[in-house]
Amino acid sequence: MAQLGSFALMLALALSAYSFVFGLIALIQKNRGSERLAETARRAGIATFAAVLLAALILAVAAFQNDFSIAYIYHHTNRDLEWPYKLAALWSGQEGSLLFWSLLLAAYGLVLRLRHKTDQRLFAHASVVIAGIQIFFLLLLNFAARPFGLMQGAMPADGAGLNPLLQYPEMVIHPPMLYLGYVGFSVPFAFALSALVMRYPGEKWIHITRRWTMVTWGFLTCGVFLGMHWAYAVLGWGGYWGWDPVESASLMPWLTGTAFLHSVMMQEKRGMLKTWNVWLIFITFMLTIFGTDLTRSGMINSVHAFAQSSIGGWFHSFLLIIFVVCLAAYLKNSSFLRSEHKLESLVSREASFLFNNLLLLVACFTVLWGTLFPILSEWVQGHKITVGAPFFNRVNVPVALLLLLLTAVGPLLAWRRTSTESIKRNFKWPALCAVLAGVFLVATPPSWGGPFGMRPWNDISYFYSLMAVMLAVLVAATVISEFVRGGRVISRHTRQNLLASMVHLGHRNTRRYGGYIVHFGVIVVIIGFAGSAFNQDKEQEMTFGDQMTIGSYMLKCESFTQDDNPNYASEWAVIDVFKHGAQIATVYPERRFYKASQQTSTIVANRSTLKEDLYLVYEGQNQTTGHPVIKAHLNPLVMWIWIGAWIMLAGTILALVPNAVPVRAAAPVPVRDAVTVGAGD
Amino acid sequence: MSQKTPLRIYLQCGLLLAAIFVFLGAGDQNARFEDLGHQMMCACGCNQILLECNHVGCPLSDGMRNDLASYIQRGDSDSLIIQAFVQKFGPTVLIAPTTTGFNRLAWIMPYLILILGLGSVYLIVRSWRKRPEPALADGIPHAHGAELDQYSNQVRKETEL
Repeated sequence: MAQLGSFALMLALALSAYSFVFGLIALIQKNRGSERLAETARRAGIATFAAVLLAALILAVAAFQNDFSIAYIYHHTNRDLEWPYKLAALWSGQEGSLLFWSLLLAAYGLVLRLRHKTDQRLFAHASVVIAGIQIFFLLLLNFAARPFGLMQGAMPADGAGLNPLLQYPEMVIHPPMLYLGYVGFSVPFAFALSALVMRYPGEKWIHITRRWTMVTWGFLTCGVFLGMHWAYAVLGWGGYWGWDPVESASLMPWLTGTAFLHSVMMQEKRGMLKTWNVWLIFITFMLTIFGTDLTRSGMINSVHAFAQSSIGGWFHSFLLIIFVVCLAAYLKNSSFLRSEHKLESLVSREASFLFNNLLLLVACFTVLWGTLFPILSEWVQGHKITVGAPFFNRVNVPVALLLLLLTAVGPLLAWRRTSTESIKRNFKWPALCAVLAGVFLVATPPSWGGPFGMRPWNDISYFYSLMAVMLAVLVAATVISEFVRGGRVISRHTRQNLLASMVHLGHRNTRRYGGYIVHFGVIVVIIGFAGSAFNQDKEQEMTFGDQMTIGSYMLKCESFTQDDNPNYASEWAVIDVFKHGAQIATVYPERRFYKASQQTSTIVANRSTLKEDLYLVYEGQNQTTGHPVIKAHLNPLVMWIWIGAWIMLAGTILALVPNAVPVRAAAPVPVRDAVTVGAGD
Repeated sequence: MSQKTPLRIYLQCGLLLAAIFVFLGAGDQNARFEDLGHQMMCACGCNQILLECNHVGCPLSDGMRNDLASYIQRGDSDSLIIQAFVQKFGPTVLIAPTTTGFNRLAWIMPYLILILGLGSVYLIVRSWRKRPEPALADGIPHAHGAELDQYSNQVRKETEL
């Protein structure tokens, strides 16, 4: 079986190489025979998918059949591992996850090559770029990180097991989502590079790649939030984001991808920022490769780096090649990227996008700089230093607040220029709502807990929280006012009620109103983040009947016990939760010891409400008394983060839906054409 | 004797308040423990803040927390305690770069990039504003000034957007 898998990978490499080399020759030759050659290259690209899929299936089947003669299967599974985690083992280690990456890239390549009739020449260029990227990953899989490498000697009776931290339901879907996001940026990259090399006229390539980019961004967003939820639920430290290098690696392409999704509108609507957009997508793609490099090369220590090895050199070389190719293509064709229009006013949608991009890029640079500074310090000072959460928070929180302000302001600004009168009219009510929200939070008594009774003068984190909530209200009010104003216009012309009109409005310009819903999701997430300033925690040894109070909760230890199954041994406590004297729940914080991997893991007991999470961790037993030690965290507003993520996803899906045919409203005064409402971005 | 200016009085009051604030804070050992414990990492390699490290079987965090408590009890200053930890566990024990020497660069660069970015945006905007209007097809003239405002107002009235 292993031989068949290795053969499939070698075949995939040969097919990719054919697709790349002959695809390139066909593009250069430009004669009649080259069309046939290009078609064979396209088909070789399609066949690459079949070969990589075969290799992935063989590895998955080997995991299910407990074929421990394959070293990868031995190191990442064991007989008693539940079946979903056997599937997850495919992306739980170095070789398997690279194979999975290659499979996803081949799948994206398949879709791209099947849709080639949209624009054969542009797609042929993009297909060659995808084949080039595929060759790199297949070279790794064939020569540096072989998933079908065999164990030495006799086949072991059982495997070493999967890392316990990965034995959690979200780990079955989090890596695929993240990888779909990472790998997906290869497609807009391929189109951007192709359009540049071809000196492709107009903005058609932007229209073609827009959906790809949004889908990819959606997957990456899902991946990032699933990773946060996994960290929150599994790592047991009471937080969801620790500015770990691997977390940062996923955030960086997300930030540049977000910048691209905004700035690309300037190119579509006004023919501006062409150079910027091309480089933004180049950088985003390079950051996905850099992120993978960080995760795997062992360059930086991380709790998330489950697949470290010495393949860093391969990635560094690949990054260098990509940069040189991008730079050469840009230098040769930069004259093609001249902007077509002028900027008329700083108070315009164009200017807001410029500042939005600047802030997103500064945030991205800060993350990159903070992640790499320990390495730089080692080179310069001879020793590493730690760059942790305080650094990232101190720089990025103010940047995020400014971005939030732009999120409120930007959508209300018109293209080209906005009158002062219009700004006053559109901002009056949202600004009043934001101020009232701030006054309410400060005026309420602190005994209400969480974000209520904020005293921003006591701590800078409280000040930031207050600002975040006020700006979130400002954004929410502007988004709602946009829906209401557009809905009213439609309602007047179609005689529908306001709600139906707003739904109608959303259907007519899905991208714009889907984007607003994404913005709304972002502010719900931000409110969730703002709650972290009010986190509390308490640790206590608890035996039968012992009590602990945290916030408005009283915890009482009813019992503690242990259990054993073939996969793991566990011990847990039974804790009754009381609020205002009444019992509201019983929770079971647990610790597991996985036998195959000889590792421990915590299973957090989390009682989540809109107001706060009561998050209990079984820390272990006191060695002297044998009593369990329980750590309780009270984390306000965490649920808002997960709700916000769902809203962002819903907005992304809406933005991907094609527009309904716009209703043409009869104009009240004679003009040359009827007016289309809500059609701009 | 010269009369004190209001500025000097405000400055002195400010210094007095700051001193009261600092000395009141210094007296609170729990607050110092929390503050210092959040400036350091657990040295076991788990990448967690010292006071938040809670993974089962951590070989170092309990000892480090005990050390911290005993140094504070002994009356050591904050800088002395931090030095002691750095000597024992290396500079990676500090959660963020210091603001001295080469490490200062870590803090400066993001702000420098922001300033450079703002400067670049300013230059871009200035060059874009100077750019001539692109020609419209069929010789349609550009609307300017009052005429453009009139069209904009008409669009706004008719669409209410």
